[in-house]
Amino acid sequence: MTPLRQEPAPGDAVAWLRGVSHRYGAAIALDDVSIAIPAGSMAAVVGPDGVGKSTLLSIIAGVRRIQTGTASALGGDLRSAEHRRAIVERVAHMPQGLGRNLYPTLTVFENLDFFGRLFGQDREERRARIDDLLRSTGLDPFPDRPAGKLSGGMKQKLSLCCALIHDPDLLILDEPTTGVDPLSRRQFWELIDRIRARRPQMSVIAATAYMDEANRFDWLAAMDAGRIVMTGSPEEVRAKAGAPDLEAAFVALLPEDRRRGHKPVEIGPRPISDGPPVIEANGLSKTFGNFRAVDNASFRIEKAEIFGFLGSNGCGKSTTMKMLAGLLPATSGTAMLLGQPVDGTDIAIRRRIGYMSQSFSLYGELTVRQNFDLHAGIFQLPAAERAPRIRELLERFELDAVADALPEALPLGMRQRLQLAIAVLHRPEVLILDEPTSGVDPIARDRFWQFLADLSRKDGITIFLSTHFMNEAGLCDRISLMHAGRLLAVGTPEALTRERGAASLEEAFIGYLSDAIGTPPSPAEPAAEDTSPVPAPLAPLPPPRKPGTARFDFWRLWACARREATEIRRDPIRLAFAVLGPVLLMIAFGFGINFDVERVSYAALDQDRTGESRAFLAAFEGSTAFLRQADITDPAELDRRMATGELALVIEIPAGFGRDLAAGRSPEAGVWIDGAAPFRAETLRGYVAGLSASYMADLTRAAGTPAAAADIGLRFRYNQEFRSANALVPGVIMLMLMLIPAMMTAVAVVREKETGSIANFRATPVTALEFLVGKQLPYVGIAFASFLILLLEGTVVFGVAVKGSLPALAAGALLFVMASTAFGVLISSFTKTQLAAIFATPVIAMAPALNFSGMLTPVASLSTGERLFGLLFPPAWFQQISVGTVSKGLGLAQLWPSHLALFAFALAYIAAARLALPKQER
Amino acid sequence: MRRSIANILRLGIKELQSLARDPVLVFLIVWAFSALVYSVSQAEKFEVDRGSIAIVDDDRSALSGAITDAIQPPFFQPPALIDAANLDPLMDSGRFVFVVEFPPRFQADVLAGRKPTVQITVDATAMSQAGNGAVFLREIVTREVARFLSDAPTAKTPPFRVAVRTRFNPNAEAIWYSSAMTVINSITLLSVILCGAALIREREHGTIEHLLVMPVSPTDIMLSKILANGLVIVVAALLSFTVVVGWLMQVPISGSIALFLLGAVAYQFSVNALGILLATFTTSMQQFGLLVIPILITMNLLSGSKTPLESMPVWLQTLMQAAPSTHFVAFSQSVLFRNAGFAEVWPKLAALVAVGAVFFLVALLRFRQSVTRAQ
Repeated sequence: MTPLRQEPAPGDAVAWLRGVSHRYGAAIALDDVSIAIPAGSMAAVVGPDGVGKSTLLSIIAGVRRIQTGTASALGGDLRSAEHRRAIVERVAHMPQGLGRNLYPTLTVFENLDFFGRLFGQDREERRARIDDLLRSTGLDPFPDRPAGKLSGGMKQKLSLCCALIHDPDLLILDEPTTGVDPLSRRQFWELIDRIRARRPQMSVIAATAYMDEANRFDWLAAMDAGRIVMTGSPEEVRAKAGAPDLEAAFVALLPEDRRRGHKPVEIGPRPISDGPPVIEANGLSKTFGNFRAVDNASFRIEKAEIFGFLGSNGCGKSTTMKMLAGLLPATSGTAMLLGQPVDGTDIAIRRRIGYMSQSFSLYGELTVRQNFDLHAGIFQLPAAERAPRIRELLERFELDAVADALPEALPLGMRQRLQLAIAVLHRPEVLILDEPTSGVDPIARDRFWQFLADLSRKDGITIFLSTHFMNEAGLCDRISLMHAGRLLAVGTPEALTRERGAASLEEAFIGYLSDAIGTPPSPAEPAAEDTSPVPAPLAPLPPPRKPGTARFDFWRLWACARREATEIRRDPIRLAFAVLGPVLLMIAFGFGINFDVERVSYAALDQDRTGESRAFLAAFEGSTAFLRQADITDPAELDRRMATGELALVIEIPAGFGRDLAAGRSPEAGVWIDGAAPFRAETLRGYVAGLSASYMADLTRAAGTPAAAADIGLRFRYNQEFRSANALVPGVIMLMLMLIPAMMTAVAVVREKETGSIANFRATPVTALEFLVGKQLPYVGIAFASFLILLLEGTVVFGVAVKGSLPALAAGALLFVMASTAFGVLISSFTKTQLAAIFATPVIAMAPALNFSGMLTPVASLSTGERLFGLLFPPAWFQQISVGTVSKGLGLAQLWPSHLALFAFALAYIAAARLALPKQER
Repeated sequence: MRRSIANILRLGIKELQSLARDPVLVFLIVWAFSALVYSVSQAEKFEVDRGSIAIVDDDRSALSGAITDAIQPPFFQPPALIDAANLDPLMDSGRFVFVVEFPPRFQADVLAGRKPTVQITVDATAMSQAGNGAVFLREIVTREVARFLSDAPTAKTPPFRVAVRTRFNPNAEAIWYSSAMTVINSITLLSVILCGAALIREREHGTIEHLLVMPVSPTDIMLSKILANGLVIVVAALLSFTVVVGWLMQVPISGSIALFLLGAVAYQFSVNALGILLATFTTSMQQFGLLVIPILITMNLLSGSKTPLESMPVWLQTLMQAAPSTHFVAFSQSVLFRNAGFAEVWPKLAALVAVGAVFFLVALLRFRQSVTRAQ
């Protein structure tokens, strides 16, 4: 680590960076950035996607580790963990992505309550703050709505509320308005202004890709390719660039080579088409449950037209497009595509359309060229045409330089271009593009649009796309405004603007929106839209609590546990699997696992057919172990029937057996045993020996020989009746308490990594230990309840009562589920995907639980190495407790070392998980 | 039809390319077919093997010594001599599964014809060994006492002899059996998870939806997944059989590997279809994980590879006919150990394919709905 340079920071900076560089693998996100951001102001980092804005903000927020250089926020070194801990309660970080840090199944209130708890607020304070925030954001009518069911704008407001719950001094907003409709965007910034009016000392740093928004800020930093291009007030930036607006200024500020080839989009006049419409929707509706996603939409799209759907996220644009693409069946109404009714199962029509879904849906693990090859194959491009067509597209969409790169490594704009190139690979007649330019920088967007314009005007392709960018909507031939599932208006951008008498399309849209919201929502539609702005006066809040510096706080842990428990409650299917699975398995195993050999099919090859041979064969018939099948007539049949596994045992009696026996010539009978399954073969060997011996004893007793010289007393200890179920119940309890709880927790942390809510762990005072143990706690509860159910089931169904100490068993079970859930947490903290976690859990845990625990094979029979391997996992220890208390009548006095070992496992797994989950991102 | 085949191949190649880029999955597959097979097949034995035994000898005579000496590997570990006082704690701790107690004056009483009692105590919680072990011990004691007495020449030849011969695995080598069954369990474990979870992942990433707007049918998608994952697992299993089991563990494989491969392919089809079916019943990876565990354990324990199928209650045997593993275990035992040919095992192959086809069809019916519902 380089020593911290003691140069004073620019006096009024809330945060500064000096020589900070950051790379992800080979990609450089920040390239020697030095910047000082003024305190007490609204500062914005502007620039296209993928230039390093998010990395910059996350470093300032203290959630990302600094690789090189120095950085400071709120007057201290961000490389110092102590300083980060000290300021974490004064900083709020709202990560990128609509509602990414929210918990979708939790209600609005529960989300906020969770954040309040993380900051150590007591019940009254939380109530007061949540009421105040909900009122001021206009969310107060919906405290009980799940966050996942909110519209995009409302999600962002809720995210903001969550960030503001602890009165931060530094508010960091990473693209808070991307994907939000213009009205909500305006409301969002007004809200920020009101909050700043109340707390003028609060500094705001935001990132945005909307250049038109940048005018609101006091101070701007324009970024490109990991570098700061320019800083200053919007006026200064415009003046320096000599450009009329910020968007133009930004383009002008770019380095020469980036700007080259950039020119405004040119779209030629639309050729007049007199043919039938390419797309026609009539009264199209889609309902999910009682939620009406699309409500009676009707529109027509002509050939070669560029038709835009304008509206916020969650307004029904994607659903409509999916219905037209045949992905979703419509609830009512009709949709016609290229003159035919849309039919999801019609494969021929799919050759004529190209579709690009909202998220990147090509294969990230295939290279650009492999993706092209895959699609060329699927669309059955003639082999001779394939290579030239792919080459042509790589060239036309300027992708040839990255043909062998993985799409994941490409900047967003290029990735979207790739998706478009692939969507037109098979020369479709219609393109359905769902938000194709979301998050793409202005230059890339203009270029993308030039491609669209050419496709429409030169190739005559009809283009149906959705967007939430106003300036894009302005480029469409016609647009339709959509909100809360309904089409508000359809027409050319100019006509719509004119109709409302508005100055701009944005004004017009806001006008239409306000009208729509003013009307009372219909009952079929549970008000999925934003409400009108309610600029409630902001009351002074209770004074902020003194920041706690505790390294461990039980209440934060409790907040995590409560939240996890609520999420589990909202997913009853998962809970049912977790509890019912073991119950059913115990029944199956209790009855099914039986090492006794019973009902073995056998047959006789009796070549003697005398009374003696029949008498000997009859000795086998009395036993329940054997089940006699049809006799065998010749040796070939013997071979065949044993080879199929039909017969496990064959008794062969040679001709002359009876005669020789009578003559005392001691003839020999043969017995064939199927040795494929050794344990069965061995048992059969024992049975045969026993049966023949007793039969011979009967024969000789008749001849008057003395009986055995010694008695053998046989005692089955711990299980006198020698019932399989008695021996099995303790083992099944062990097996279930190992695998199911581990699987439940294995996904817990890694899921948050995938959905993004892990950001809350990084940006709030909660420590890794509180977070991990808090998440683990509800699963310990479920697993322990499952233990009680299994114990009850063992007693009631199988009559297996606990002979020893019940408290010792219960304590052992509690410690064991702590260890098994901790094992899952450990897997979850080092894996990167849920798939890997689900795969790894059984592959790692199954063998120790089944084979090395003593459940099936006694531990005493394992080799030393195997025994030690088994002892490296908790099952072998709990098996001793389980068998010891249930069957052997033991108690804590004999078993305490196992209890201790289980406790040690729980601690060790959590400690390892803690190491695998650093507080800061890399 | 031609289009379908081309699609399946295309998507299958894609599936392989994806897998190749996921080092964690590749590692887990390699591990499950190498280290796991090696270690588990050594440990998995349900016959009496290395049974731990203790002797309480209050007689210390020639006869008790002879019996003790007769207790030998491989069935038993060398017996440990213990004091009667230590018996309870040692059995409680699971240190010994069997204890044989000779009373004082045992030999003298035998010679005097007073019929003394040898007490054999068995830890019945070790259920896989207790029953058979007791039978063996009984046999040893009876035989040794008889031999001891026969020194006095009163012994008679038995009226007839029974020659017991074991077919197919004459020395009852446990490792032959357990190694084959462990490979089968690895196949099951990996196939169900790999195929099902891969589908859920594609569903979550939206790539399935993307495929459904192209000229690709759900059947193509499912078959391509089965084909690609099946190929990987079958190749891995084959390597495991030849390299780990055959070469490293020195297990002679007598049956027809080609026929076994044919069965493995049919098995792949049905377990992969099962994985897809389970994926269509769940909306998230979390649910899938919890649903898959009980099914995997059931297939591991109740398919006849660990305990004999015919010892289970009839209702459970019937139920287990729905599990492809039941048929595959029976098939593999016939092919690998009994040298069975196609003529003998085709009914099991047919059952495998039939079960797989049912899974596949139900999954197909639910496919589209599950893709759109999970959005």
